[in-house]
Amino acid sequence: MTYVITGSCIKDDSCIEVCPVDCIHPIPGDPDFETAEQLYIDPAVCIDCDACVEACPVDAIFADFEIPEKHSYALGLNAEFFADEGTAQRTAERTAA
Amino acid sequence: MAGTKPRVAIVGAGPAGAFAADRLLSRHGNVEIDLFERLPTPWGLLRGGVAPDHQEIKRLDETFDRETLGRGCRFLGNVEVGVDISHAEVMRHYSAAIYATGAQTDKSLGIPGEELPGSWAATEFVAWYNGHPDYRGLEFDLSSRRAVVIGNGNVAADVTRMLTLSPEALERTDVADHALAALRDSRIEEVVVLGRRGPAQAAFTSAELRELGRLDGVDLLVDSEEVQLDSLSQAWLSEEGTFTARKNVELLSDFAGGKRTPGARRRIVLRFLRSPVEIGGADRVESIVVARNRLVRTEDGAIRPRPVEGDPETIACGLVLRSVGYQAVPLPEVPFDEQSYVLPNDRGRVIGPDGRPLAGVYTVGWIKRGPTGILGTNKRDAEETVACLAEDLAAGAVPVPPNPDRAQIDALLAERCPNLVSGDGWRAIDAAEVVRGRNERRPRVKLASREDLLAAAGLGRSA
Repeated sequence: MTYVITGSCIKDDSCIEVCPVDCIHPIPGDPDFETAEQLYIDPAVCIDCDACVEACPVDAIFADFEIPEKHSYALGLNAEFFADEGTAQRTAERTAA
Repeated sequence: MAGTKPRVAIVGAGPAGAFAADRLLSRHGNVEIDLFERLPTPWGLLRGGVAPDHQEIKRLDETFDRETLGRGCRFLGNVEVGVDISHAEVMRHYSAAIYATGAQTDKSLGIPGEELPGSWAATEFVAWYNGHPDYRGLEFDLSSRRAVVIGNGNVAADVTRMLTLSPEALERTDVADHALAALRDSRIEEVVVLGRRGPAQAAFTSAELRELGRLDGVDLLVDSEEVQLDSLSQAWLSEEGTFTARKNVELLSDFAGGKRTPGARRRIVLRFLRSPVEIGGADRVESIVVARNRLVRTEDGAIRPRPVEGDPETIACGLVLRSVGYQAVPLPEVPFDEQSYVLPNDRGRVIGPDGRPLAGVYTVGWIKRGPTGILGTNKRDAEETVACLAEDLAAGAVPVPPNPDRAQIDALLAERCPNLVSGDGWRAIDAAEVVRGRNERRPRVKLASREDLLAAAGLGRSA
């Protein structure tokens, strides 16, 4: 499974601070951080620890099997963010640096 | 003043002020903070801006409460700095002041007819439906069949949803009672949303755009031809476009060509590459004239709209809400940048006319950086300002004020502001609203007049 961030996200970074595996992106300082409308969880890296859910001040994060119907799109969207060309490129640049 | 904590005044208890108090307590615990607010209630646009149907976001108030008032920060509500007490008086009582007054007015369109009754700033509509006490008396005429919203940002999306949500959906929110009554009787069937540029440049978040397409009993109509990207936008999208812009274009292509559903209550029509040129009507809004645009890349690299020759289109409507940006207003006695509409500052240190930082004066939020970003943006913005303040405190670069004792500011406030709403007063207001809401199965029922708010806080009607 994975956790998923929905469109209620206010980008206050609380989840980034507590994530033990740094699977939440973009992070402050990333070139696409300011333009990102929300943060996303990389399903390939998430270890289902629940820390981000506890930290989120607006309850924007759900386990993939508990996503409310109105946010059902969010599972695909989080994965898609990491598959997106721009994200992939940025990740490659950071790894190279 | 050895042995006492420096005292800091934060002016404006909106998200920027709240995050500044939170960050200051976290990073530099050894301070006392007074949070000044001109309204009787704290949290600014979280209470008065965020749409009532986005209750999950409003839950941030619990964090603000816990991290500020819950850690000893004092709320001084119903006190307007610049009116009830001056900037100079603040500086005589505090080591430092952090201005967090936001951007309180809207930008105008600058077109004929903008002043006609029925033409409003979307922010006025927002303040009205959110129960801002200064806006409760406004009367929005919702008796015509069509409303036009100008702008493609999230405020435009919010007001469009509020105009189209069903009474049943609104009844589950904390929308102000006066607005609920008016919206229940609304005869608006169609909301037309105008964007100057194309789908790739729309400032909506994809979450808000998606939401417009999922409203119960509301059709979302987009013209297939208008969502076709021109070559400029296509190139931009594939080379520099954001993830959100790509999602928006995808969503709009999915919406395009949709048909009206028989029996739908209302419809939203998104129009692109259209600029309003005139609002028409004899003594109130009857129509809006819109011209067609094409996109060009200007010398600075930005993609901007340019008018296309041809007959403008006239859209009959009875309500126009313009949502083309917020603007800050100057504060008495504090420097103001008339070009950028912010307090001139370096990482949050307010800069004086001589180009040097004004000792002890700081800024955060929209009045510091302009009206950009979302709620969480203010947390990082506050980090930056607070880091400067902490550095100045450590370096002894913050002046010791002549009247540094809490009792001295309290005496002045007691004289000037007999109806000051304390943290306890706000808690009483909050509890009263939540109790009223419980009876109606709503998150809260807002008290929307100063009189009612002050009464709930246990204060008299007048001095």
